[in-house]
Amino acid sequence: MTQTEISTTSAPEAVPAHAPTAQWKWWQYFTFNTDHKVIGIQYLVTSFIFYLIGGALATAIRTELATPAPNLVTPETYNGLLTLHGTVMIFLWIVPAGAGLANFLIPLMIGARDMAFPKLNAVAFWMIPPSGLLLVLSFFLESPQAGWTSYPPLSLMTGKVGEGLWIFSLLISGTSSILGGLNFLTTILRMRVPSMKLNDMPLFCWAMLATSGLILIGTPVLAGALILLAFDLLAGTAFFNPTGGGDPVVYQHMFWFYSHPAVYIMVLPLFGVISEVIPVHARKPIFGYQAIAYSSLAISFLGLIVWAHHMFTSGTPAWLRMFFMITTMIIAVPTGIKIFGWLATLWGGKIALNSPMLFALGFIAVFVIGGISGVMLASVPFDIHVHDTYFVVAHLHYVLFGGSVFGIYAAIYHWFPKITGRMMNEPLGIVHFVLTFVGMNLTFMPMHELGLLGMNRRVALYDPRFTTLNQVATVGAYVLAVSTLPFLFNAVWSWMKGEKASENPWRALTLEWQTSSPPEIENFEVLPVLTTGPYDYGMNHHSESMAETTAAATGSS
Amino acid sequence: MQGSIVDPTQVELNHHAGGAIANSHEAHPDHRIFGLIVFLVAESMIFLGLFAAYLTFRAVYPEWPPVGTPERELLLPGVNTLILIGSSFVIHNAESAIKQNNVKGLRLWFGVTALMGIIFLAGQLYEYSHLEFGLKTNLYASTFYVLTGFHGLHVLLGVGLILAVLGRSLQQNHYSDEHHFGVEAAEIYWHFVDVVWIVLFILLYLI
Repeated sequence: MTQTEISTTSAPEAVPAHAPTAQWKWWQYFTFNTDHKVIGIQYLVTSFIFYLIGGALATAIRTELATPAPNLVTPETYNGLLTLHGTVMIFLWIVPAGAGLANFLIPLMIGARDMAFPKLNAVAFWMIPPSGLLLVLSFFLESPQAGWTSYPPLSLMTGKVGEGLWIFSLLISGTSSILGGLNFLTTILRMRVPSMKLNDMPLFCWAMLATSGLILIGTPVLAGALILLAFDLLAGTAFFNPTGGGDPVVYQHMFWFYSHPAVYIMVLPLFGVISEVIPVHARKPIFGYQAIAYSSLAISFLGLIVWAHHMFTSGTPAWLRMFFMITTMIIAVPTGIKIFGWLATLWGGKIALNSPMLFALGFIAVFVIGGISGVMLASVPFDIHVHDTYFVVAHLHYVLFGGSVFGIYAAIYHWFPKITGRMMNEPLGIVHFVLTFVGMNLTFMPMHELGLLGMNRRVALYDPRFTTLNQVATVGAYVLAVSTLPFLFNAVWSWMKGEKASENPWRALTLEWQTSSPPEIENFEVLPVLTTGPYDYGMNHHSESMAETTAAATGSS
Repeated sequence: MQGSIVDPTQVELNHHAGGAIANSHEAHPDHRIFGLIVFLVAESMIFLGLFAAYLTFRAVYPEWPPVGTPERELLLPGVNTLILIGSSFVIHNAESAIKQNNVKGLRLWFGVTALMGIIFLAGQLYEYSHLEFGLKTNLYASTFYVLTGFHGLHVLLGVGLILAVLGRSLQQNHYSDEHHFGVEAAEIYWHFVDVVWIVLFILLYLI
């Protein structure tokens, strides 16, 4: 009976006369699907769930720090909270969220029908859930306590089971990341529509090219370090254990050889996003296309030779510290080039202050602060002074929260109409932005001062004279926690009931906007032919010819 | 390969969704060799990381090899190295054979390569069982076992790949002069394993 009911009601919908494009059924988003758009959404939604978990851990950490005494959780649990918070946010939120954006956008932006290796792509995604489960599980079984850096010998002494799970979780997510990078690189280099030369690519693709290079060179070295660490932990060898004659500093070198580039793996895709969002909503061609494109490559090259600035206090010899100090400071140059390019694009533009643009502007504002404190930390004498204090915590959150998370939000608001075919609610978006921006600065700005005053990081217990600033930060963290609610509501409600989006609601010129919203299963009815650059806004002849292409594409259906 | 994206007419013929799905495999040029090489670059970074770690341990450790480590036997690993290097030449014959559509030649040379790989692994196990130190004896012993073991795992995987291709070649017309990605991939991987071993042999036995 129920069956017949369903078939009669669904029959008219099954063959709608007006449905122009082939789409997946809702349940196919939960399966091993090889469509890059499905995989992109899977990455984004999964990583956002881990963002909420990581955020809950952060809220617990800040609640504990609201008072100087460790009275909410035991110090051991506190160590577990901060270890999990860092690891989840890095390996299960920002890195896979970047992979999700890249998956959804790269083939659409370069006019391809899918990624170069669709099956491998799906395999890479499906490694994320088990990796995340292992990590969450590790918290409950002898939680790892050595922080996301997991330095031996500390990591060999605390929570053996949890540490083992932690290592295997990271090996899995690292493999996933490598397979993703391999796919992005091949797709960008080999699958562009014939009319698109490298210098016609959207800047997001340049950023992903640079990111993929870093992933492929850096991540395997982390895997090597983790394999040796696993031997120390589980087989009783002593590679990194000084009591057995090993050298813990070797671990630090291997770890940071990946984990410094990882900072760029986490922020370069979002640099790409900002380069897309700003010209569209300022209605101006991007300033210095080639400078922004090549600065991504410069960042990824320099990013590989700066790692030991994390180890200025690990007995690194003076001449080596000098080398790493200079290379680290040089990275500010290509980064500055990008920021200059974005500001020059905004200059004199017709700026629409909508949610994607607000997050992009917020990104620039807070990332610059993180960049400046980064240059301060690059300087050896200053770094030795504030090493392992809250100044470092403030810096990295300005870069990773103010940079990466603002960038991811900008991307979601910007591409939501393309991904779901519906518009997001604008007032809610603005509420979300204001809460995030205020909460972010309230949480992390006081940490600069805490660090300069000498408050150590990674401790549940602190001197009572730091109480006020810590309480400000805790209030900020609660504002941040609340700020996710309007976003969550907005995303879920808009996805189901939002206003239908047209093909190109922002009147953008890149190829992903020249197909239906959401794009049909193989992206384009007819593969597009480039007649205009990706950012030729305000150039009349170009927008006309782009209209022609669009008309030709829809006309042939 | 035929319906590459360079040819717009071909794509236009398949523009309705159903056709496009069926078409998805044929529509792209083959990127698999490119992808494999990129993957091997990443794979070589694990080895480079481990080599760098090994060299650092060696430089930092007071005495290398530690006092009391018996003089290393070079004959068996030397022969083993020659076998592995030789197998790289042998496997190349297989590719030449399949390029002339000679499936029998492919099977012969792949079979010989797999055999050489297995002899190499057996030789390594024999060496392990006759060494006077174990995994946990000291840092020197640990690095030796982990580096050679990790490489041995790659040899094992390579032998598996070669046997898998060999198995597939028994099917009628599975590989031809035009289509033999599996053969090429196994060969490239085998050369990679070989090159890694040469570096490893120099690092662990010669210097």
